[in-house]
Amino acid sequence: MNFIDEYRDKNTILAFKKLIEKELKKPVNIMEICGGHTHSIMKFALPSILPKEINFVHGPGCPVCVMPRTRIDMAIKLASMPSSIFCTLGDLLRVPGSTISLLELRAKGGDVRALYSPLEVLKIAEQNPEKTIIFFAIGFETTTPMSALLLEKVIEKGLKNVFFHINHITVPAPIHAIMNDENVKIDAFLGPSHVSVITGYELYKPIAEKYHTPIAVSGFEPVDIMQSVLNIVRQENAGTYEVYNQYSRAVSAKGNEKAQELVKRYFTSCDFEFRGLGMIADSGLKLKDEFASYDAEKVFDCSVQSKNESKACICGSILRGIAKPYDCKVFGKACTPKTPVGSCMVSGEGACAAYYKYSKVN
Amino acid sequence: MKEIQLAHGGGGEEMNELIAGIFKALDNEILREANDAAILGNLALSTDSFTLSPIFLDEEVNIGKLCVCGSINDVLMVGAKPEFLSLAFIIEEGFKTQKLEKILASIYKECQKAGVKVVCGDTKVVPKGKADELYINTTALGTITQKVQTKDIKAGLSVLLSGDIGRHGAAVLVQRNELEAEVKSDCKSLKDEVLSLFEAHIKPLAMRDATRGGLSAVLNEWARQSGFDILVFEEKIAVKDEVAGVCELFGFEPYELANEGTFVLCVEKKDEQKALEILRTFNPNANIIGEILSEKKGRVILENAFGAKRFLEAPKGELLPRIC
Repeated sequence: MNFIDEYRDKNTILAFKKLIEKELKKPVNIMEICGGHTHSIMKFALPSILPKEINFVHGPGCPVCVMPRTRIDMAIKLASMPSSIFCTLGDLLRVPGSTISLLELRAKGGDVRALYSPLEVLKIAEQNPEKTIIFFAIGFETTTPMSALLLEKVIEKGLKNVFFHINHITVPAPIHAIMNDENVKIDAFLGPSHVSVITGYELYKPIAEKYHTPIAVSGFEPVDIMQSVLNIVRQENAGTYEVYNQYSRAVSAKGNEKAQELVKRYFTSCDFEFRGLGMIADSGLKLKDEFASYDAEKVFDCSVQSKNESKACICGSILRGIAKPYDCKVFGKACTPKTPVGSCMVSGEGACAAYYKYSKVN
Repeated sequence: MKEIQLAHGGGGEEMNELIAGIFKALDNEILREANDAAILGNLALSTDSFTLSPIFLDEEVNIGKLCVCGSINDVLMVGAKPEFLSLAFIIEEGFKTQKLEKILASIYKECQKAGVKVVCGDTKVVPKGKADELYINTTALGTITQKVQTKDIKAGLSVLLSGDIGRHGAAVLVQRNELEAEVKSDCKSLKDEVLSLFEAHIKPLAMRDATRGGLSAVLNEWARQSGFDILVFEEKIAVKDEVAGVCELFGFEPYELANEGTFVLCVEKKDEQKALEILRTFNPNANIIGEILSEKKGRVILENAFGAKRFLEAPKGELLPRIC
C-alpha cells in the first residue's frame, strides 16, 4: 500500500464505471469546484469512460484563474521596487499582467522567486536584511493557514523586512455567486477535499440545502472521483442533497480547528474581486488592522492602471460553468499555454490548460 | 526585445523553439539530424554543460559524476563507444578547493569505469555572485559501433524504456527542498547496457537518454521529428513510490522529471523480448512501454490502466509547484 496505487486501481475504477452506467437515470451537470479536480478528470481521461450524460463543468476554484489583472499588476509593481525580493507560490508567475508577467520581469532582472513553502520566506528575509521581502499570499482555505503561520513566525523572530500582499479567498462565497446566476445549470458539486481538511465538510451544508444540490467532498485520485460521481448519481435518483464525505480518510465534519484559529488570529473577511465573477462580498481575507505594518498594500503604493481583459477571452463564463474551454474562439489558437490570453490557460489548475493538455485524443 | 527565460533551458517546447528559431542561424545538415550526438563519419561528437543545485546530491552523485555520465551517454545514444572527453570549468570565486577535489575524484572514477580519457580542458574563475558555484562543460568523442539515428523511426517499432523514471529530477527536488524522502538519482553511464544490446546483435533504430524534459520530451521529439503517433501504456512505465510521492506533493508528472541513467529505445518487434531481457539484467523495471503507430499526426498518446487515453504533451514552461 502506498496510498496512490490503490486509488488508481483498474478493477475498482471499472467496477464504479459499471455501477454508474447501471444506475444513471438522467443527465447530471457536476461542477468540480476545484481546478485540481478538473485536472484529475482530464489527466485520467474519465469523461472518455463515463456515460456522456455525466457532464463535468469547471468551477471557480483555481486561485490563479480567478485573480483579477489589477492584483497581478500590483504584484509586478511590488516586484519592480529596486530593493525587493518578491516571493510567491506556483504558477502565478506565468500570468500576464497588463504589460508583462512576473516571469518576464524576472528575466529582465527582477528578483522573483517561486517558493515551495511560504516558510522559505523566513530564510530569505534573514539572509537579506537590507532587502524588502514581499510575500504575495494566494490560495483558498488550504493555503491561508500557512500564510498565518508565516506571519506568526515573522513576528516571533522580529523580522522587519517582510511584507504580505494578501490574496486569500474562500470557497463558499463564489459558489453562492454562481448559483445565484440564472444562466448556471448545476445539479451537483465535487467539493475539494484539501480545502475541506482545513474547513471540515460541514462548510458545504448551507450550499447543499439552499440550492438542493448534492455535494461530494472528493479526493483527487480517479477512484475517489468515480466513487463521488456514483454517490451523486444515487443522490440524484433519490432526490436527496446531502454533503457526502468521500474523503473520510482526512476530512472531518469540523476540520482542522487549530488551523482555523490561527487564521482567525491574523485575518478578517473582506470583499474580493474575482476575475470573471466580479466583486463578491465576504469572499476574501485581509490582515487585521493591528497587523497593518506587515500589509504591503498599506505600506507601499500599490495603485495601478490595469488594461481590460481581452474581449475574446471567455474565462469568466468558463469559471461560472456556463461555457467550456472548447467554446472559446481563441482556445488553442491565439490562446495556448505559451501564449495565454487568460489565466485559465496559464495555471496548472486552470480548466483551459487541462483541456488543452490532455483532451484532444478522442 | 524578448528575453531568454528559464523555460528556454528546460528541455521542453520552449527550448525546441529557441533551437528552431534563433539557433537556426547555424543550420546545417548534421545539426538538422537532431541526434543526441553529431555523427561525423565513424565518429560521434557531443557537447553539454552541467549545472546542478545542490552540486552534491548524495555520497555517490555530484556534478562531476553527472557531467561524465551525461556526456558519454549522449555519444552512446548514436551507437558510439565513448573514448575521449574534454572538460571546461567555470568556477565562482570562493569555491572550496576541497569540494573541487571531491568532484574531480568522481570524474576520474567515472572515466575509469567507462574507459574514457580526459584529453583537454579549461578553467575560468568568475567573481563571486557571477555564477552558481560551479559550471562544467564537456565534450565527448567516440567511435561509432553501430549507427543509431532518429530518422530511422518507423511505424510498427516497439518502444522500450531501460528502467523506472523520474528519479534524478525527484532527487534534486528532495535535496533542494530539504525533504525527508529517500530518493536516489539514477545517474549512471549507460555504456554496459548499450554495448550489451549490440553484442547480442540487437539493432536499436533510435535511442535517447531521457534527461531534461524526461520521458515526455523524448517521445514528443520523436513523434514530431518522425511524424508518427506514439502509443504508450501507463501501466508499463515504472515509477518508484517515492518518486510518485514527490510528484504528488509538487503537482508534477513523473514523465516530465529528468533522468540521468535511463534511456528510451526503439527496436523491431522481433527483437523486443531479447532487448528487454538484456535491459532487465541492469534494471528489473525495464519494460516494453509502447509502439510507433502508423498514423502520422506526430502525437504521443498515453493509455491508462483502465483503457482511457489522453495526450502526453511535451513539457512546457518551467516546472513550478502548484499552489494548493
